[in-house]
Amino acid sequence: MPDPHDLLFKTLADPTRRGIFERLCSQGEQTVVALTAQAGVSQPAVSKHLAVLKQAGLVRDRHQGRQTHYSAQLAALAPLADWTNRMAGYWESRFDDLEDLLKRMDQ
Amino acid sequence: MTETRSVVVEREMPHPPEKLWRALTQPHLIAEWLMKNDFVPTVGHRFNLRGDWGGVLNCEVLTVEPNRSLSYTWDFAHDDPAYALKSVVTFTLTPSAKGTHLRMEQAGFRPEQKQAFGGAKAGWQRFFAKLEEVAGRAD
Repeated sequence: MPDPHDLLFKTLADPTRRGIFERLCSQGEQTVVALTAQAGVSQPAVSKHLAVLKQAGLVRDRHQGRQTHYSAQLAALAPLADWTNRMAGYWESRFDDLEDLLKRMDQ
Repeated sequence: MTETRSVVVEREMPHPPEKLWRALTQPHLIAEWLMKNDFVPTVGHRFNLRGDWGGVLNCEVLTVEPNRSLSYTWDFAHDDPAYALKSVVTFTLTPSAKGTHLRMEQAGFRPEQKQAFGGAKAGWQRFFAKLEEVAGRAD
């Protein structure tokens, strides 16, 4: 079973790719040319990163004439946004073990 | 943009604060409910929490108020800043009618990192996934 978290980790783990995604988040829709101007890597490399981001659902493309415009899909980050709940779950589980330990300490 | 959040977990424990304090501060007891460690209840003491998954947390004792409050840093170093994390864990013990009210707050996630938007969250998720894996195995 593919883990959606895994895909997001792998996709955002690359600093260049994360940079492209963050630029789309902060500056809105951009063309490959505009993104390449700021990315510090070649246009084919930027296109490759965008393809990976698209596969992960993090960006959407829109064709207009000869240009392709990319925009960030923030909803795809939802699985990452619930970490506070997950961490709370972790501590609840630790507290369960702590309670068990306290019972044993009574003996 | 700052990315500072906290997680609070509270529970009523039917045991006196003194006993809870032992479970929070004696290494062999900490190991039974949290992780293997070389903890010493002295402010400034640096120690590690070692998870079964191979991860090592770097910690430093910040406050020690016997039977009342304990806090230490809970940091995870990683070459890729996206996976690194810095936080502070604080345990507060309050005597109650039934025993002790235990409150845990974990706070302060990478506030210095501007691109925390994707990075810090990805880092935490990776970390939690491993923790959950361990928790799952323990069940």
